[in-house]
Amino acid sequence: MNVNVQVVENIMSANERLAAENRKTLDGADVFSINIMASPGAGKTSLIERSLETLLPGKNVAVIDGDVATSIDADRAAAAGAQAVQINTGGNCHLDAVMLQEGLAQLDLENIDMLIVENVGNLICPSAFDLGTHKSVLIASVPEGDDKPYKYPAMYRGVDALVINKIDLLPYIPFDMDYFKQGVKILNPDLQIFPLSCQTGEGLPAWLKWLEMG
Amino acid sequence: MHELAIARHLLELTLEHAEENKATRIDQINIVIGQLSSFVDESIQFYWDMLSDDTLARGATLNFSYVPMELTCKHCQHSFSPEELAHICPQCESLALEVTAGDQCYLESIDIDTPESVGMEKV
Repeated sequence: MNVNVQVVENIMSANERLAAENRKTLDGADVFSINIMASPGAGKTSLIERSLETLLPGKNVAVIDGDVATSIDADRAAAAGAQAVQINTGGNCHLDAVMLQEGLAQLDLENIDMLIVENVGNLICPSAFDLGTHKSVLIASVPEGDDKPYKYPAMYRGVDALVINKIDLLPYIPFDMDYFKQGVKILNPDLQIFPLSCQTGEGLPAWLKWLEMG
Repeated sequence: MHELAIARHLLELTLEHAEENKATRIDQINIVIGQLSSFVDESIQFYWDMLSDDTLARGATLNFSYVPMELTCKHCQHSFSPEELAHICPQCESLALEVTAGDQCYLESIDIDTPESVGMEKV
């Protein structure tokens, strides 16, 4: 006989269960963790490098880098003094909770205070995969244009903090900050916003304070 | 391209519930997708056909119900569903908008064949 079975379950529930396990692992080792997402070239690695300059050596920071290929980003994080693990996603456009679990297994969590996860450069796919980190951070950069919240609403909707990078370029690029922020406000009214420049260092202290407060 | 991973998740979830209910065949899979989720149905369907081929779900039909994005003006309470995110209320021109629908993304139900002996509500 033909029956209708009610499910009403999030399609991503298997990933979310694993993400919850990751969060438990991180909590157990007392590690504060963030997941940084952005389009390619927005400044994820630069922001991590600038943050490490201040955080190290007072805090033990580890970086897990997700990329389709190469270990360039993990090498940069290691050069800056962090424990670094590279995850090559083998063509996958995002990290998921399984990949983070594998990355966590390669770290000495008991001797780490903070974990920074650098997701694959992409404004669509990573938003669908909770990793289990404590906070999600999106970097938007001024040259990408002021219409990004309108074009990628899912990404803006699910994050806890927004860094607006490359503000030193504002005088040279048509970027309507009010229009940009209006879109952000509709999608995510409580979002913490940090306009800054990794190049000049302007605005970095507020971001670092948020990061250190955990 | 993340739809490959999503299709895989959807298949696992479907098979889990089908097996729990002793399905002999999976007929329909009913999915709800909000406009604000980043899921594209054609891509899910494409990967689904590839992944489900040697499973109990082979040949099942994926039915997508769409929930459009809904914005509500906090000033005049006007609700509307623009094709793209709007930043201004079309009725009173206020900027105080909030998202009131469109985030959903879940497997609602599955229609399966079961042996007569399994006592369940007939559809």
